[in-house]
Formats: sequence, structure tokens, C-alpha cells
Amino acid sequence: MSDSEDVLATAAAWRAAGEPVAIATVVETWGSSPRPAGSRLAVSASGRLAGSVSGGCIEGAVADAAKQTMTTGTPQLLDFGISDERAWEVGLACGGKLKVFVEKLS
Amino acid sequence: MTPEVLAALEAAKSAKRPVALLTRLSDGAQHLWPDAELAPPLAEAAARALAEDAAANLTLDGEAWFIHPHNPALRLIVVGAVHIAQALVPMAQAAGYAVTVVDPRRAWATAERFPGITLIHEWTDDAVAALAPDARSAVVTLTHDPKLDDPALDAALKSDCFYIGALGSRRTHAKRVARLTEMGHTPEAIARIHAPVGLNIEAVTAPEIALSILAEVVATRRGAALAQRPALAA
Repeated sequence: MSDSEDVLATAAAWRAAGEPVAIATVVETWGSSPRPAGSRLAVSASGRLAGSVSGGCIEGAVADAAKQTMTTGTPQLLDFGISDERAWEVGLACGGKLKVFVEKLS
Repeated sequence: MTPEVLAALEAAKSAKRPVALLTRLSDGAQHLWPDAELAPPLAEAAARALAEDAAANLTLDGEAWFIHPHNPALRLIVVGAVHIAQALVPMAQAAGYAVTVVDPRRAWATAERFPGITLIHEWTDDAVAALAPDARSAVVTLTHDPKLDDPALDAALKSDCFYIGALGSRRTHAKRVARLTEMGHTPEAIARIHAPVGLNIEAVTAPEIALSILAEVVATRRGAALAQRPALAA
């Protein structure tokens, strides 16, 4: 998918300009998830976003996790689903479930 | 993701080389295939993900892996540097297509009309044949001139591109079918051509026609029922 590669190019440009960057990737989906596995969201330390991992429902929560990963360097595997109270909190109202992998761009 | 992995992904992209990125979800370790030698189950899953152009998950020895194919961009070859092409090119680029415009008429295929786009001024059959459309390519003819469209369609029909569309009314297409039949193409082959081109959204303006064409290309690529048409009689 070319759009996911453009996200990487944007992330690389931010990193090259000296900003810490983390990349979130949808790795698994169940039910009606708006973005397929492989969709990427890049997050910079100053809060810039490129790409998407959902229709906008969970980007905020993913960006928070991304900032953690930028600091610690430890990747995270995030679970969002209808059975997950956190997903309700962040508003994944579409009824889908997904897993998002968050890694630092070192 | 390390700078090395990122650089290797970017290099594969500029070389238009398909690679799969494999990530171990427990610790983020990553490999590129076929660059790295991998355990056979991982290599097989990587090859399949690239062939199907779909991401996959695999558990091997208790470790979960995410397999992410990075295929070269889909291609759109537009024959005819006409007004509709000027609308179609940026839309197709936004949808992720690498676009090439073919038109031997230099007055039409200018950098001013198509900024930053690869323009080919060869005769259309040579140009399309040289571009070697593959299963990730679509060819659309828009010149409305049989001298230019027919040779391009001839070349496209000899390729295994996933979509062929030709601008022109039903009457124009009936005459075109007769000419392509004379050139030796079978009714089954000619039925690959979507004509009149584009989904029927009652498009009127050039951008609307471009939208209907791009929608049909996407519908064909994704196997939507909308893209199916009854075969036209030869």
C-alpha cells in the first residue's frame, strides 16, 4: 500500500530534522475496522500526526502510547476492542477490534 | 524500527522491488524478506503476503510475527494527454498509483499541462509495450482517435494488466471492437476492455469523468461486483 509508505517517508523526514518519532501499525483486525492491517500512523514528540490506524477513534490513545515508547524505546502491542473498556473510553464505536504495534523510530 | 531497516525499505521502494517487513511483536525485532534468510515458515508467509498484497500474522515457536508486504506502487498508464487526463492524473496519484502519460502529440503532452509527470512521446503501441504493463497495472485510452487508441489497446490486450478502459460511446466502441477483431483479438480478449470507460455516475465534466474512471479501476482491483459488465457482442 503506497499510503503506508508515504507515512514512513514523513516519519523519516521528522526524524532527520531531529524530532523523536514513533510509528504505530495496525497488525490485526476483527469485524468492521476502518483501516486494514498494515495501516500506519506516525507520531512526533511535538504531537504531529501522519497517516491513520482507525477512522480517528483511537488515534489519541495511540499517540499517548507512542509518546511513551519514544521515551522508553520499548515497543508496545495495544489491544482495542468492544470488550475493552478503554476502547469505549477512546470511542471505538464501530464495533471492530484491532491490535496496534507501536515502535520507536531509532 | 532501526535507521537501517527504514533505509532498506526506502531503497526497495525507489528500486520498485517488492519486500516484506517481518516484525516480532514481543520485542520489535525486524527482518526484510527476501533480503534476509529466514526460517522457511516465515519466508513462505512473506512470499504469500507479497503475492496476495495482504498483511498476515504468524506464530512460530511461540512468537507472534507481523508480516507486512511492501509492493511497488500500482501503475496507471494514461494514453492521451487530454483534458480528462489532466483531472485523472492527480486523482490517481492521490489513490497511490504511479502514473505515466503517453501521447505522441507533443502539443498535448507538455510538462506545463502535466507538471512532474512522466510523459512519453513514442507511438502508443511502442510506448505501452515498453512500459510492460503487469498484473498491477491499469491502461486507459482517452485520445478518442483510433490511430492512437487502437495500437495502445492492442498492446494492452497482449499484456496481463488488470484493467483496460477506453473512452468512447457504445457506437464508437462497436466500431473499435470490429477493428480489434480484424487485428486478431478474440471476443473474450476484447471483453477485457471497459467501454464506455468508467462507472456510470452520469459524469459530465472532465473531473467527474476522471472520478468515474478511477472508481472503476479501484472497483476492478478490489473485485467489486460494480466493476462486472456483461460481455459486449463482437
